Formats: sequence, structure tokens, C-alpha cells
Amino acid sequence: MEKEVIRLENIKRDFKVGSEVVRALRGVTFSIMEGEFVTIMGSSGSGKSTLLNTLGCLDTPTSGEYYLDGVAVRTMNKDQRATLRNRKIGFVFQNYNLLPRTTAIENVELPLMYNPEYSRKERREMSVEALKAVGLGDRLEHKSNQMSGGQMQRVAIARALVNNPAVILADEATGNLDTRTSFEVLVLFQKLHSEGRTIIFVTHNPEIALYSTRTITLKDGKVTSDKRNDNILDAAEALSALPIEKD
Amino acid sequence: MNITNLLRLALKALSDNKFRGFLTMLGIIIGVGSVITMLAIGQGSKNSIKAEISEMGSNMIMISPGAERMGGVRMSSDDMQTLKVKDYEDIRSSCKYVSLVSPTVNASGQAVYGANNTPTSVYGVNQDYLEIRNYKVEEGDVFSDQDIHSAAKVCLVGKTVVDALFTNGEEPVGKVIRFGTIPFRIVGILESKGSNTMGMDQDDLMLVPYTTVMKRIQAVTYLQGITCSALSEEFTDKAIEEISEVLRANHKLKEDADDDFNIRSQQELSSMMTSTSDMMSSLLAAVAAISLIVGGIGIMNIMYVSVTERTREIGLRMSIGAKGRDILSQFLIEATLLSVAGGVIGVLLGIVAAYVVKALLSYPVAISSWSIFLSFAVCTLIGIFFGWYPARKASNLDPIEALRYE
Repeated sequence: MEKEVIRLENIKRDFKVGSEVVRALRGVTFSIMEGEFVTIMGSSGSGKSTLLNTLGCLDTPTSGEYYLDGVAVRTMNKDQRATLRNRKIGFVFQNYNLLPRTTAIENVELPLMYNPEYSRKERREMSVEALKAVGLGDRLEHKSNQMSGGQMQRVAIARALVNNPAVILADEATGNLDTRTSFEVLVLFQKLHSEGRTIIFVTHNPEIALYSTRTITLKDGKVTSDKRNDNILDAAEALSALPIEKD
Repeated sequence: MNITNLLRLALKALSDNKFRGFLTMLGIIIGVGSVITMLAIGQGSKNSIKAEISEMGSNMIMISPGAERMGGVRMSSDDMQTLKVKDYEDIRSSCKYVSLVSPTVNASGQAVYGANNTPTSVYGVNQDYLEIRNYKVEEGDVFSDQDIHSAAKVCLVGKTVVDALFTNGEEPVGKVIRFGTIPFRIVGILESKGSNTMGMDQDDLMLVPYTTVMKRIQAVTYLQGITCSALSEEFTDKAIEEISEVLRANHKLKEDADDDFNIRSQQELSSMMTSTSDMMSSLLAAVAAISLIVGGIGIMNIMYVSVTERTREIGLRMSIGAKGRDILSQFLIEATLLSVAGGVIGVLLGIVAAYVVKALLSYPVAISSWSIFLSFAVCTLIGIFFGWYPARKASNLDPIEALRYE
């Protein structure tokens, strides 16, 4: 029996904007099993950012239940959610969000700094492992401003991996990258997926969905389709098929 | 996040913005530096006053004639003629808490020897006076009881007078000098005492028997004052009581009449003198404290800017698990570090400035350890106080908004 990592039950989220109530999510229900690579698609205004914030425990739903790795999130307070994020979630952002003037390894160590269980030595070892896993084992001491976009995103992915989270949440993680680098990052995500990690990739780019195992489409705050992908493309193949650029 | 990591974080944040950090610290540096210097100068002058007073004898009691007021008119004590030789004699014979007593009658005028002359003061006293005021005889001897009895024309002279009159290295003891028209034989030379706190030269004087001044110079029957020593410092109050009783009886004052004399102890004098310097130094310290507050506002301002600049960083930290209090302590420690670092530099600068003042203006300075301790305590408080608002703002940010901040 597969383990359920995420379960959403009739999630609703209302925002008050002035006197109007904006209903960003209008009853979203789905489950994600361990080891899935799910793409959440939707145009802007579909409620995809709100869903991402909810999944990332940054926001709490107005009603409905959200279980992350078996833990009910809705009733948690701010500090409890912060700890939950620290232990169970790895974020990858569109704009990397690395600390400026800070080395790769220091950036990757950051989530572990907020977990008192790890010693300095353990932090370092785990971060080196994570950086090796994303292919940056030789760039530990490079500062964030000395790296290319692709490298920065890989550091960010290493940072998301380092705490061994239940789920990796990627928010338009290839949005700022050119085609080639995008594929490189996708290759990395597929590799992580093959190693058994659960990945949720939020995007408006339909192409990404071709490389994931399942696609959930949102529209006007509701799930309009939830399809399993039977023909998963290999990002590494696509990458090698790209024409080699000549300058 | 533990304290070591927070400290490292704050150090890194500060070293990323060294120049800005330095400018921010400048307010604190100037504030602390001036507090340290001001307090050092204040403490120095207080110490030197205290040293002076204990050298003069902390158990000294001075009696001067005249009440502070007489029928609504404030009188100069020189015009009063209420203290007589009998008062002195009675104090000497009947006050058991008084160890030494000397009458004083003064005159000023010109001292002349050969072709040299110098303005100076003559103090008519007895032998006790030397001990009360801590004068020592360097050469020769003190005049005798016989000299006092016969109003002899003998004198002890201070170094300043000797230097002015005996310019070609003659031996002064045994020589006769003139004070006004009256010749005095020098029987001894006083050891130099230098000038006192108020800048008076304590060596510019002649000590002669009080009878001589009364009979031969001033031609008066009253005393200008009586100087005594209490048995020891703690008996000063009892001695004053006794003296007061004797004088009231002698002067036949009624029960409800005001004293027609004034008794002042060295203790009063010392508290009077130190209170002036205390007030000065607290005024100066107040001015310096204001600059510390201004420095604190500078820190608050820069921390506020820093929080705004690092909104995205705060959002990221929160999204990967930083709690509100982690962010709060991060910025609070940064502000405190800024302020304490300013304090350290300020203390060093203040110490240097105090010694520069000492070297250039020859003020006495004394750096007290409590002023340094106080500076650090105040800096820490300033950092926490002025860092609180920006840090609070940072910790209350919504991670979703903060991550999206441009």
C-alpha cells in the first residue's frame, strides 16, 4: 500500500479585499502518494498560488482539512507550521531566493540551522551530500553572485533536499531559466523523482506536465482535471536532442 | 536557532555593510566616548579635591565671627569683632573633643628684604596651626610660647616668599625681613605645599605669633577666626557642639538668640566643593547621554532600512522554518551588536580623549571602572530598545508577502 503524503479535503480559501470576498479556492480535494511527480497547472487567477501556499503551510485554509504526512495542518499555529515547513517541506522558487554574498554550502545549510537537532558537523555533511546530489559537489564555496541561473537553481534545489522533506514544492522553478537550463533542471527533478522523492511542480507551462507522472489542472479555484500521465517523456533525451548553440 | 549561529549571522550581516555600520555606530561612539571623558574629568577633579582636603586634615574645624545675617544685613566676617582671645583659651581648656586650637589673625602687605620685595600675607597663629594645616618646618624651628607671650617679631616663611626675597641663594634662617615697617627675624622655613584646589598658593605666606599681629600690625583685640582639630573625624560633630556651647556662654547669648559666630567643618567644605564638581559632571554627562539617544535613533533607522531591504530574505527564512522569534532575535542581536561595538570603540576613544585632556590641559582625570561598565550596559539597552521596533516588524512579516516583495 502506497503512503499518502498529502490529502486535501474540500479546501476553501476566501480573501477579503475591501468589502468584497474573493474565493480563491472553492473546494479542492485530492491526495498525493509518496513518490509521485505532480504538476499543478493553471492560468493566473486560477488559485494555483493560493493552493501552493496552502500546500507549503504558509497559509491556512478557511475551511476543509489538509493532512501533510498524516499531520492536520489547519489547526496549527504559526510556530508549529514553521517547524512543520522546516521538517517536511522543501521549497524551490522561481527566483531562487538564495542569500546574497553567501556561499552555496551556507545557503544549503540554512534550513538545518533552524533545526536544533543537527550539530555543525552534521549540517556540513548533509549539505555537502545535497550539493553533490544536484551536481555541484565542486562548487561548495562559490558565492551566490558567482553562479549562473542554472547553478543557483540547483543550489536552491539542494537547499530544498537537505532536510530530507516529505515533499518538494517547486514554484515555476524553471520560469527564469532558458530552454537548455530548464531541461537541465527538469533532468534533475526527474532524477530526484526516480530516487523516490515526492515532487509537486506548480507551473503555467504545459510542457512541464509531459515530464511528470500526474497533472492536476485548476481553474477558478476548482480542480478541472486530474490525469495520470501514461507517456512520461525523458528530460535527458529532450536535452540531448536540443541543438547545440554556437556563439 | 542557537545564539552562536545568531551571532555569526549578525556579524556577517554587519560585515556585508561595513561602512554603513560604521556610520551608524558613530553616534554611539561619540556618545559613549564623551560620557567616558566627561566622567573621567569629573571623577579626576573630585579625587583631587578629596586628596587636598584629607591633606588639609579632614577633622579641621573653622570658627569665624558673626552670624550669617545680622538684622537682615549680611555682614562680612572681617567686620565682626565677636571672637576674643578668651574664646580661644576656653576652647583650648574645656573642649575635650578638640585636640588642637589656634587663633588666626591675618594681615596682608609687602615683605621686603634688601632690594627685593613681594606682596604676601601674614597669618597670626600659634604652634598648633602648623599641625592643623599640615605645615612642616623644613629648616630652623617654630616660634616658642615665650615668643607668643612677648609678641615677638619672629616669623616662619613659605617657599614662595623665600624665593622672592632671597634671590642670590643666601641662607634665610636668622635673617631679618620687613613686613610693612616692622622687622621680623626668620626662625624657620616651611616645607612647600604647592597650590590648593582653588589655585591658591599655599607657600605664599608668613606665620607669626598671633599676639604679634594683634598688637604690632593690626592693633586689635579680637580674632578673625579660630582653627581647631577634632580628636578625629568622627568626633567633629561633638567638637562643634562643645565649641558652640563654650562660645554661647562666653558671648552671653540668650537661649533664643542666634549664634554670633560660624562654625564650619572640613567635611562641610568638602561636600560643598565636591557638589560643585558633581553637578558639573552630571550636566556634562547629561549632554553626552543625549548624544547616545541620538545614536540609538540612528541604529533604529538603519535597522528599519535593513529590514525593508531584506524582506525577501526574511520571507525565505520563514518559508524554510524560521519562527517569528528567530527573526526577532536575528535583528535584535544585529542591533545590539552594532550598538555594543560602537560602545567598545567609544570607550577606547573616551579613554584616549581623557588622557589627551590630561596631557594638554593638565586636568586631573580618573577613569572609573563603573563608568565603563555603565557604558556597556547602556549600549546593550540602547541596542535592544531601538532595535526592538524594526525587529518586531521583521518578525511579524507575512512570509507569502515577504517572498513576493520586490
